[in-house]
Parts: sequence; structure tokens; C-alpha cells
Amino acid sequence: MKPTTAAFSDNAHRALHDAVLQQALAKAGVGFVDKRRAALSDLPEFAALREAGRAIKDHTLANLNHYLLRFEQQVAANGGQVHWAETPEEACAAVLDICQRAGAKMIAKGKSMVGEEIAVNDALEAAGFEVVETDLGEYIIQIAHEPPSHIIAPAVHKTRAQIAKLFEDLHHHPGLTRPLETVPQIVDEARQILRDKFLSADVGITGANFLIAETGSTVIVTNEGNGDLSATLPRVHIALASIEKVVPTLEDASVLLRLLARSATGQEITSYTTFFTGPRRADDADGPEQFHVVLVDNGRSRMLGGAYHEMLRCIRCGACLNHCPVYSAVGGHAYGWVYPGPMGAVLTPLMVGLDEGRPLPNASTLCGRCEEVCPMSIPLPKLLREHRRQEFERKLAAPRSRWALAAWAFCARRPSLYRWATRFGVSLLNTLSGGRGRFRSLPLAQAWTAARDLPAPQGDTFMAQWQRRKPHG
Amino acid sequence: MAESRSAILGRISQALGHEATADAPAVVQRVNEHARGPQPQWAEAPRERFLAKLTKVAGTYVEIASDAEIVQTVSDYLAAQNLPHRLVVAPHPLLAKVIWPEGWDVASRRAQGDDRISLAVAFCGIAETGSLMLLSGPDSPTTLNFLPDDFLCLLPTGRIVPRMEDAWALLRAERGGPPRATNLITGPSRTADVEQTIQLGAHGPRRLHVLLIAA
Repeated sequence: MKPTTAAFSDNAHRALHDAVLQQALAKAGVGFVDKRRAALSDLPEFAALREAGRAIKDHTLANLNHYLLRFEQQVAANGGQVHWAETPEEACAAVLDICQRAGAKMIAKGKSMVGEEIAVNDALEAAGFEVVETDLGEYIIQIAHEPPSHIIAPAVHKTRAQIAKLFEDLHHHPGLTRPLETVPQIVDEARQILRDKFLSADVGITGANFLIAETGSTVIVTNEGNGDLSATLPRVHIALASIEKVVPTLEDASVLLRLLARSATGQEITSYTTFFTGPRRADDADGPEQFHVVLVDNGRSRMLGGAYHEMLRCIRCGACLNHCPVYSAVGGHAYGWVYPGPMGAVLTPLMVGLDEGRPLPNASTLCGRCEEVCPMSIPLPKLLREHRRQEFERKLAAPRSRWALAAWAFCARRPSLYRWATRFGVSLLNTLSGGRGRFRSLPLAQAWTAARDLPAPQGDTFMAQWQRRKPHG
Repeated sequence: MAESRSAILGRISQALGHEATADAPAVVQRVNEHARGPQPQWAEAPRERFLAKLTKVAGTYVEIASDAEIVQTVSDYLAAQNLPHRLVVAPHPLLAKVIWPEGWDVASRRAQGDDRISLAVAFCGIAETGSLMLLSGPDSPTTLNFLPDDFLCLLPTGRIVPRMEDAWALLRAERGGPPRATNLITGPSRTADVEQTIQLGAHGPRRLHVLLIAA
């Protein structure tokens, strides 16, 4: 998908004035936050698990090359095949090649954020394959021709009425009438339609929440069961995974699974957690004949050991989105690419380039709620600041803001000048406000005063008050 | 692709300052240790915990004393749900001895698209989360776990282990390693993709019914 991240400001304005979107966002936000809080309060060991989870990821990343080789070796030992891809183009080419060799026509797809990242559906459709998203949320946005707006709830921006209308238009031919209003009716409709797709698909594509080096397994975490049907019924199973998904053992995955479900949906564990290890065995009655893992780099090996290294701990739970005041106000589409919210504001500039992605790290108050709720303790505000630093260094920001920052930095490093300037500013604003204590409008600050008053400084500067009040002796 | 592999591994090795080997001693030791993370604690016995958690995720259960009660239990379930006497059962030794009543349509095979009811046997149960672990194999086709509307699963009480890590230990001890598909199943299929409203029976089974057998 072509990023529209550079237009974040316009996207956000549009989102804020979209009444239907605001209605959907209001419904979603509170639910996720409350469920996560309840799940955490039920598990006194959560903090200890969080520490352990971070240690597992740090250890694995520090030995990533060893673990990837070990994983590859185990996949091969079980009769599967690993395909390495540096870029989205290479990853798509690997998938196309597997599908063409299998003589496939129809492809059933489970949810995969790496799949979105490499735009595998576009590549498959361009090559003449029929691709059907089978996760209900992904199916909804596929037929709406929209990207996901949340990494675990892709259609969270859609209302029930919008979904019913989409289904009505697509599925209902004249003469066929099924009522489509309630949630059960909508879910049932998707179940009926997608059932045939599962049964006739030649290839099933899933994502992977984890890769297990010990066993060569790929792990998916779902609630609907669509990922399992996609990986079981077709002749070929392809798992799409990025390189940082690998962990050493089944025990390590168990620690991360406890963190993932609680942080994402507030569940203790999802309905289905499945470990796929190779293709169908000789005496199995079902399962695919081929098992492929496409390992995608797409810039991750460059993050290793660098300023954004810690972002590689991310397990894609979505907690940072759910707790972000900016995401909650504008939704995921405003971010203009695949990954929204705080984790997206860190990842997007790394994947689509800082020139395109630079509005995202700036669209943050750095309030720190994301870091607080992150089960992997990723210092997201620090990484957002790092993007801002890069932006300044590479002279990508507008000259006016760069000039203002440089002027501020000049003063901030000269305490007596800084004190004089703040003293001057305080007394000037005091005088200008005429004792009313606030401004209804002020030159150069219309962006602030258009929606609210700007408080005028009260009394003296902090330093002046400190000098006056500090205890003597 | 071979070039991509060496390019990716090369960049990683450069960033980490060591060459890639699948059998680096520290890694081999780490993989073979199977060290456990912090283990959640609780007061109840495994059976009580399992049943409480199963119920919490909308799973149902019935307790039976022996395999002589399987037919009656299934019959009761079918009657309660107003379902026909037509089911597909796993070719599992625990179910092989069951004699189904005359007139019932019982197949022992993998599931197909139009199968409504299935019966399989769990490898073990996990008390911590009320999960069933099923291992794919000739005696446990994976399609039985996902295709039918009603999934019935036999679980011997003695096969309930406290935590996921205990299930891995059991798996290694009895099977050596994981089969093609290792399914952890916790309640029926569900979705919250329409307005965050939880709806059971998305693509997998609408109902999950556990037959807990004393053994």
C-alpha cells in the first residue's frame, strides 16, 4: 500500500470531523483498556512475567543469527522449507512462486501484519490469484477496499450498520434475503460465505506470532479459528513471519503468550493458540502437504544494535494503540500506512523513510502511557524523540521550526540569558493580558487560541520565586 | 534467495559481532534447558481450576465415571441441543471400544465441510487457563477440532496438568516433540470484530463440550 503518512495532518483533521468514525472509536477504546486492566489485576505475576519476557527477547535478539539458523534447521528437519526475503518484493515473489508451483487458484488468508507490510494480497491478485481474507475483521476491510486501522482489530473503525451494508451489497443477489442487522446475523453470514472459500482454497497463508527455534514451529494466536482452517484444509501452508519473531523454546513462548493475550484483548489466552510444525506426516489424516515459512527482513536487521533496537522486542499486542490519546482521537487510518499508534509512529518512518513518515513522531505529546502499558517495556517516547532528533539533524523539518528550536537551544544552554528571556516574557505577557489572566487571541498563537484561551503567566518566574522563598542558611 | 539469506545473516552477524552457527554452545544449552519463566500460582486443585476456567470461556462439561457412559452422555447432549444422531469421531483407541446405538450415523475419520458434530480425545488439559491440548495424528485429525458446529472432547481427569509448561514436559516425554499441529483450545470459536461485541461461533465450533472422564 502506498503510504499517505506525509499527509497526517490533513488525515487527522478529516478523522476528527468524521462523526461515524468518532462513534466507532468511542465504542472501542474504553473496552480494550478496561479488559486489559481487569486481566492484569487477576494475575499478580504479571510484572515478573513482563521482566522475564523482556529478558527472553533481549537474549534472542543478541543471538538472532544463531536462533534463525537453528529455526531453519528444525523446519527442514520436519519437512518444511524456509525462504529468506530482504524486501517486500522478494517476500511477495517467494509467495507467488510457491502458489504458482502448486498450481493454485484460490488462496485463503489468515490475518498477518507482515502480509499487510509486504502487500501480499496486491501481488497475488495482480498475478491472477483469488485471495480471500478469512479473519472477520480483515474480510470486512478487504471488501471495503481499506487498510486495517488497528493491528489486532482491523475493522474497529467500522460500525455495525456499515458492515451490514457492505455484506448486503456484496452477498445479496436478488431473491436471496437473509436478515442482516444484529451481530449474530452478521457473523453467521460471514461464516456461511467463508466456509466455502476454506474448503476450495489451494493455499492457506497465515502470519506468525512467534517462531520456535527449538522445534521449528510457527505459532498463531486467534479467536475465530480461521487461521487454523487456513493452515489445515488447503494443500499448501505458507507462514509469513518477520525475523524478530523467533524465540528459543516452547517455554519462552509460554511466557510471551501470557503477556500477549492480556495486553491485547484482556484474555488469559485466546480461543486458539496453535503450533504448526512441518507439513502433514505420513500417517496423518489431514493437513497440508507443503509447509513454507517466508522470513521477512524489510529493514529489521538494520535496526539491530542501533538506536531503534528495542523496537524489535515488540510482540504486536496493540496495547500502545489502545492507550494512546492521539490514536484514540484520530483512529488508525490517519497514520497513513500499515502500523498506527505509537508503535507505528516508530516503525513507519523506519520502513517507508523518515521523509514520508516524519509527521508521526511529531504527532505525540510524549505522555508516556504507551511505554507504561507495553508488555515488552519498549521506551516508545525515547524512540519517537530519536526520530525527531534525526529529523532535525537531517534538516527535514520546516526551516521555521528548526530555527525556533535552534534559538531555544541557544538560550537553554546559557542560564542567565534564559532567565532574562523568561523574565521578560512573563512581564510582557502579564502586561498584554491586562490583568485578565488569559488571552482570547494572540498573534503567532492562533492555533492554540482558536479553540481555547491561553492562560497568561501569573506573578513571577519560577527562578525568581525560588530566590525569594528558599530557606536561608 | 540464497543471496538474501546470506545478506540478512551477514548484516545481523555484523551488528552482533559474532558469526552465525546453529549450534553455538550457549544457544544449544539455552534450547535444551527448557527453563520456565515465572509460574502463576493459585489455590484450587487442577481439576477445579480447569473447570472454573473452562466455564468462564463459555465451554461446558459433564463428568462421567467410565467409558461405559460415553454413549449416554453424547445422546443427552444431542437431545439437549436438538441435534441428529450423526457424528464423526476420532479414530482414537479410547473411542474404538464404544458401541454406538443402532440407527446412529457414526463415522471414524477426518471431518468434512458438512459434518455438524465431532468427538475427539484431548492429549491433556491445562488447569491454568481451562485449555485443551490436541495433537494432530492418525488418532486425532485436526479438522475435527475446527470444522463442525459442535465439538465434543474427551479428557481423562488424570491428564489435567497445572500449566502450559507441564504440557510441554508431557509432550516431550510421551511424543518426543510436537506433531504437525499442536492446538491449545480454550472455549468455542469467538470474534469481537463487529463493534467489539463478543459473538461465539465465528469460523470454528459454536459450542465446546468436554466429557471429563474419571481416569
